[in-house]
Amino acid sequence: MSLINSMPEMVITAKADAFLNWTRKSSVWWMLFGLACCAIEMMQTQGPRADVDRFGTAPRAAPRQSDLMIVAGTLTLKMALRTKLLYEQMPEPRYVVSMGSCANCGGLFQLAYSVCDGVDKVIPVDVYIPGCPPRPEALTEGILKLQEKMMKEKWLVRKEAAGEPAAA
Amino acid sequence: MDAAGIHQRLTARFEASVGDCDVQAKDPFIRVEPAAIVPVCQFLRDEPDLQFNVLSNETGVDYKAKGVIEVVYHLYSYPHRHAIVLKVDAPRDNPVVPSVETVWKAANWLEREIYDLLGVTFEGHSDLRRLLMPEDWIGYPLRKDFVEPEEYHGISTRRESLLR
Repeated sequence: MSLINSMPEMVITAKADAFLNWTRKSSVWWMLFGLACCAIEMMQTQGPRADVDRFGTAPRAAPRQSDLMIVAGTLTLKMALRTKLLYEQMPEPRYVVSMGSCANCGGLFQLAYSVCDGVDKVIPVDVYIPGCPPRPEALTEGILKLQEKMMKEKWLVRKEAAGEPAAA
Repeated sequence: MDAAGIHQRLTARFEASVGDCDVQAKDPFIRVEPAAIVPVCQFLRDEPDLQFNVLSNETGVDYKAKGVIEVVYHLYSYPHRHAIVLKVDAPRDNPVVPSVETVWKAANWLEREIYDLLGVTFEGHSDLRRLLMPEDWIGYPLRKDFVEPEEYHGISTRRESLLR
C-alpha cells in the first residue's frame, strides 16, 4: 500500500482475474474460418465500416495464433473433421462463435446428405449468431457478447472448488 | 448443323452403335451404345464440319424403375456454334462406361463427380477418386435408394426439431 500511497497517479489496483480477463478480451485474435456466404459479412465486419478492430480483435490465418474461431458458413461433414482438428490446434483459452443459420443448425441445407447440422455437433460453441447471413452489426454484437462472457471467467479459482466440473 | 444432320453423320459412320435421335426435345439428344462412346466423341470432336471442341457438361441420372443409370454428355462447338446431347445407358447394378477423358480433359472432374454421387465406374479414367464427398464415404448420395447414414465419424446426422 505504500506504493499506491506514494505514487497515486501511477498505480491502479484490480482483481487479478478481472485484469487477466480484461487483457484477454481486449485482444481477441480470431481465426479466419469462412466457409460460405457468411464469410463475406465477416470480411465486411472486419472492414472500415463496422471495424471490429476497435474492440481489439484481429483476424489471423493460423489456429495456433488464435483465441477465437468464427465458424462462418455451411459446415459439411467433410469439413467437420477438419474443423475439429483446427479447434484442437488452438491454444487455450479458446472460444467459438457460430455465425449464421448454417453453422447454428445446418440452416437451409440441414436435410442435405453432406451437411453437418450445426458446428456444435463437433466443437463447443460459446455464442450463436442467428441470421442468413447475419449483418456486420450482428457479428459485432456477437463479439461483444463473447467479451462479456470472457469478463466473467475465473482463472485463479480451481473449477472443482468453484462447484463446476473440471472439463471446460 | 442441326441435330438431324449430326445424327445422320453418326449413323453413316457408326451404324447400329448409334441409336435414336430426339429432335423435338429442347436439347436434341442422340442415344449411343456405351462401348461406342469414345470413338463417337472422338469423331464428333475431330470432323471438320462437326468440331465439338467443348464438353460443356457431363452428368448422370438414376432411373431406378428402368434399372438404368444414364450418363449425359452436353457438347458444344465454338467454331460452328451448334450443340448436341449424347445419352448412354449403363445397367444400374454394375454401371461401367468408358471414360471420355482422353477426348476432352474437362471430363476428368465431371466423371469423378458422377462416380462420387452415382457410382458409375469410368473405364480408362486416370484418377477415379471421390470429388465432393469424404474419401471414406459409403454409398452414392444421388441414387434414388440412398439412405443417409445415422452418423459419420461420431457426428450424428440427425437433429431434433427446435419447434416442439
